[in-house]
Amino acid sequence: MENRKGKAEAFADPMVSYESAKLGIWVFLMTEVLLFGGLFMTYTVFRIKYPELFHQDHLKLNRTFGMVNTLVLITSSLSVAVGIAGIRRGRQALLKVCLVVTMLLGATFLTIKYFEWSDDFARGLYPRTDVFFSLYFVMVGLHGIHVFAGICVMAVMLVMAQRGAFNKAYSTPVEITGVYWHFVDLVWIYLFPMFYLIG
Amino acid sequence: MAAYAKFIAVWAALLVLTVITWQVSYIDLGMMNVVVALIIASVKASLVALIFMHLKYENALVWAFAVFPLFFLTLIIMGTLSDTLFR
Repeated sequence: MENRKGKAEAFADPMVSYESAKLGIWVFLMTEVLLFGGLFMTYTVFRIKYPELFHQDHLKLNRTFGMVNTLVLITSSLSVAVGIAGIRRGRQALLKVCLVVTMLLGATFLTIKYFEWSDDFARGLYPRTDVFFSLYFVMVGLHGIHVFAGICVMAVMLVMAQRGAFNKAYSTPVEITGVYWHFVDLVWIYLFPMFYLIG
Repeated sequence: MAAYAKFIAVWAALLVLTVITWQVSYIDLGMMNVVVALIIASVKASLVALIFMHLKYENALVWAFAVFPLFFLTLIIMGTLSDTLFR
């Protein structure tokens, strides 16, 4: 087996190679669950300790912005899913369109976050304000870094797609990038109610 | 076309659930607000994991890799709470 650059593949069977790559991304996601998990634990402990503070502070966040950002990320996940379903049927043009749409939606998410945070800072809400805002900025910020990283990987996928690296038989890098992107979406699905809705 | 239709249906369900959880948060249900928000979030997360992340079609090994960290997450949160709640 040779890959597209002519290097010897580590696996004789492309199916084994695909399954290994998939397990690899799930192992990475395990570490991600526990990275965010420690923060979720911290949130739970302080949420129970200071219910009144969390209630007062969560009213200072803009629920509508949070809701719109959730819709943006969910739609970006749809775009990734459609792109992958497309390339499995050999539709390279559809994949490229979907990658671009996903990157644009990711950028939209971060732009809305930028305006939200600017507004928070303008109202004197900083990570040092209190434990609610410490957790809010750290957890939402860490998630934002993941969105940014996802956009960068999507850009690499777009370049590879442009060079014709993917086809009906081979789309492993896009597939595992997709699993990562959906995971980032999944984390936001929890962050949104935790900070905006039930504080 | 079946795959595209399935993804669009899941996407529509996620949009509807997001709007529902957003609207419900304006109604004061006391402690039930937390319960409802987390249940809706978990339904949404399950849809994303099962359909978008293809978990529904994966073998037992991938399932094991996906569920294993959730076990540890539960352990971390419950273990810590068993300390902080009863100090």
